[in-house]
Order: sequence, then C-alpha cells, then structure tokens
Amino acid sequence: MSDEPVVLPNGRLLRYSFHERLIHWLAAISYVYLMLTGLAFWSPWLFWIAVVLGGGTISRELHPWVGLVFVLSTVLMYRMWAVQMKEMPEDKAWWQATSHYIRNEDGLVPAADRFNPGQKLLFWGFFWCGILLLLSGLILWFPNWIPWHLHFLRLIAVIVHPAAALLTIGLFIIHVYMGAVLEEGALGAIARGYVSRAWAKEHHRVWYDQIVKGASARK
Amino acid sequence: MSGTSLEIRAISGHAGPVPGAGLKREFEVCKLIDTTTCIGCKACEVACLEWNGYSFSETVFNNSYQTMPETAWNYWNLIKFNEYEDKDHGLMLLMRKDQCMHCEDPGCLEACPADGAIVQYVNGIVDFQQEHCIGCGYCMSGCPFNIPKFSPEARKVFKCTLCVDRVSAGLEPACIKSCPTGCLHFGTKEDMKFIAENRAKQLRTQSGFADAGVYDPSGVAGTHVIYVLHDAKNPERYGGLPANPSIPWTVKLWKHPLKWLGNIAMIGGVLGVAIHYLRFGPKVVKEDEENPEQGGKR
Repeated sequence: MSDEPVVLPNGRLLRYSFHERLIHWLAAISYVYLMLTGLAFWSPWLFWIAVVLGGGTISRELHPWVGLVFVLSTVLMYRMWAVQMKEMPEDKAWWQATSHYIRNEDGLVPAADRFNPGQKLLFWGFFWCGILLLLSGLILWFPNWIPWHLHFLRLIAVIVHPAAALLTIGLFIIHVYMGAVLEEGALGAIARGYVSRAWAKEHHRVWYDQIVKGASARK
Repeated sequence: MSGTSLEIRAISGHAGPVPGAGLKREFEVCKLIDTTTCIGCKACEVACLEWNGYSFSETVFNNSYQTMPETAWNYWNLIKFNEYEDKDHGLMLLMRKDQCMHCEDPGCLEACPADGAIVQYVNGIVDFQQEHCIGCGYCMSGCPFNIPKFSPEARKVFKCTLCVDRVSAGLEPACIKSCPTGCLHFGTKEDMKFIAENRAKQLRTQSGFADAGVYDPSGVAGTHVIYVLHDAKNPERYGGLPANPSIPWTVKLWKHPLKWLGNIAMIGGVLGVAIHYLRFGPKVVKEDEENPEQGGKR
C-alpha cells in the first residue's frame, strides 16, 4: 500500500491509491483496444471493428505496440499486487462457498482480505495469459524474422495467441460485469479510490478489520 | 482460362458467400514443371522478374548454382539446385523451379484474417490483393511450402500470382514463355496431368527411373503447379519439397474448433452474466448510517 492515509477525512476508506488506479486504467484501456482489434482478426464477421478503429493495416501495426503497453501495466500490477494476490490456504473455504457468492448470499461466504480469491484468480489468469500472449505475440509480430526451420514456433504461436486471448476474454467479461454492474460501489472504488465503511465490511472484512485496527493504533 | 474476367471461388477473411459464385464454368489452369528436362538456365527467374517489374536482387554464392537460399517477396521464382548421389544413375543435379503451388486447398487463404486480401479464382489461381493485405503474415504460417514473403518496405506479403494478369488475357505465364527446353508447360489441369503422367510413365519404362511420378499432393487437395520427378517417393531431395504437405493442424484447430468453441464461450459468457443479473440482481451494501466515523458496529 502507499503512503496515502487509508481512512479518509470524509470517513470513507481508501481502497485504491492513485498509483493503483492509474495502472489499472492503463491496463484496462490497452486491454480493450487489444481485445477489439484481436476480435477483428478473429472472425470475418467482426473485421468491421478494425475498419472503425482506423483500418486493418493500422490495427495490425498498433496491436503489438499496445500489447507492450499492456505488458508494462501487467508488470507494474505484478509489482504492486503480487504479494496481496498470493493464494492462501483459507481461500479453499471461500471457493467452497462460491454457490452462495453467486446467489448474492454474501453472509454465508467467508470473510475476504483486500482481494478475495476470485479476484486473485482474475489477477493470475491475466498474468499467466499475458505471458503467453507476449511470447506468442512477439513471434507473430515479426513474420519475416522467423526462419523456415523454426516454422513450428509460428504454428504454436498461431494457436496459443487466440487460446490465451479467449481465456482473458472470459475473465474480462466476468470482471467487467462484477466491477461495473454487479457490485455497487466497486466501479467507484477503482475510479475515485474510496469505498464506504459498510462496503469494506461487507466485501473485504479481513482487510477492513486491519484498517480499523491500524487507524485506532495510530490514534 | 482465357476469359476476360476471372470468377472468384474463395475470399480470405470474408463474411458471407462469395459474390457471383457459380456464374459460369471455367477451366482449371495448371503449370507443369518437368524437373527431368530442366537444365537450370534460370530463364524463368529472369522472365518472372521482368514481367512483374522487379529488379535483380543481390545473389548469394554458396558453392552451387543456387541464386539465393529461398524465394523472396520480390523474387517469386527460384530454381533449387540439389546434388544427389543415386546408386543407379550416379551423381544427379536435381533442379526444381520453386514458386507458389496454387493449392486447391490454400493454407494462406485459410489463415488470412483480412477481408479480400487473398482470393482463389475458379481457375485455381490463388492471388494476393495487396491493397487489402494488412501485413499480419498469417499466410506465412498457413503455407506448407514457405512461399508468401513479407516485404519490410511495403509491410505487406507478396508471392507468385501465376501471372494472373497474363492468364486472364489468354496468355501463358511469363516463366512458361521463357523456358528454352520445354520443361515448363501450361494448360488445363486435366491436360497437364495427362502429359505429366505420360512423361512419368516414359521415365519409368524407358529411362530406368522406377520411382518416377507426378507431384500433385493430395494433402492440399492437389495443386495447380505440378511436377514430374525422377523419384516421386522422395520429393524432399528437390530442395525441401514436402512429401505430404497440408494446412498445419494448428491453423486448422484455430480456424475451426477453437473458433466455434470461442464464439460459443464469448456469447455464452455475455448471456450468462446478463441472466445472472436478471435472476440475482446487484450486490447491494446496506450503508451503516449510525456512526460512519467510527467504522460502524462490529
């Protein structure tokens, strides 16, 4: 966490620092561009997306560069969140309660730390798929650099790149739905940084308890 | 083959049917290369460059007659020279004119995502349309013959057109016209197959090449460039001509099962979260208004 105070003067709690928000939206914007141009190359029925975004040639030229921006933001996210995203033994109980979580019976779900196990899955899913996308993407970026005797690399990349991208799209759909639609207050947290105390207590009780303890100790 | 316009059979990256499909009947064209009568003069290389407007590239000397290791984006026609010690015929200099094979089932077209960048005409010619090419190079992954080449300057991919401009005007391709030995023939696929099989039979029965045969690989549903080889059982000897070329399985897996699985998963995912919202609604937090400053009750 950063040096910004966790309990804000307005009584709300700082969930994401400016640094975290900035990197999140850098990742988000670059990912959405990559997804849209990628979908344009995925199916002829979606090629119009590339046309809207400046044409197929421009989309093909920019896609790898924006990919590097996404990789950079992923590396930065790894640096700031990897420790908090570490999977814990107690996560198992949370996963066993997913049916309650899905039914919005959040009272029956074990208390979560700053990131719940679902968020951890999202993070590591994007992280590992990001590595696969980077490696396969580098091969696809420079078609004239791969000699014929290394042709198998291109053939692997051709299947790995869309497969990994599909996994991230699955995660992306769930992430956007939960962040922007399902959980009231979550979008505000990543946009403005703060959440209400009740929100923190409801969704991230362990994290909330730590903050309150820390704040009272400072007093 | 001598129509004034070409009828299109398939278009890369194209949603929906091919416009004008099945309007008229056309002959399937074919180039026949008899490697047994090729003398390696490279007249076809020159004719190709001349007709297509490319200047000579710098050549590479590697202790053989080979002009350069492989075809280039601005060098579509290359004779591959290979020495082979045959137990019956002694040292043989195998010469094979390498160029686009114009597959009946073209891997480049299968892999291409850009609408209209690659078209296959009903006469069998597979042609790149550079104005629609986005330069992704996926055709290079789809091709089993290492033919499409990326131009770093144009940032687009080029290859032999089978002189589609000449063929559509009723002329034979430039390479055919230049060949001094008559080892290159051009005509309908049916006629070329007939000539090729006859020549192979002649080689088998009269010249002592027991394994002579015609190279028209079935893995890509046949090609519109066919070879007569002294030894059709070992095409690899002729500068890496693949014995069983086919569209790479990863390209097929990507373009067929993965595409359908992915489409179903993406549509299913969006529908799934929409239905979830309708069924369960949002996760609402009841605000604790009693004492927000103190962190509420425990």
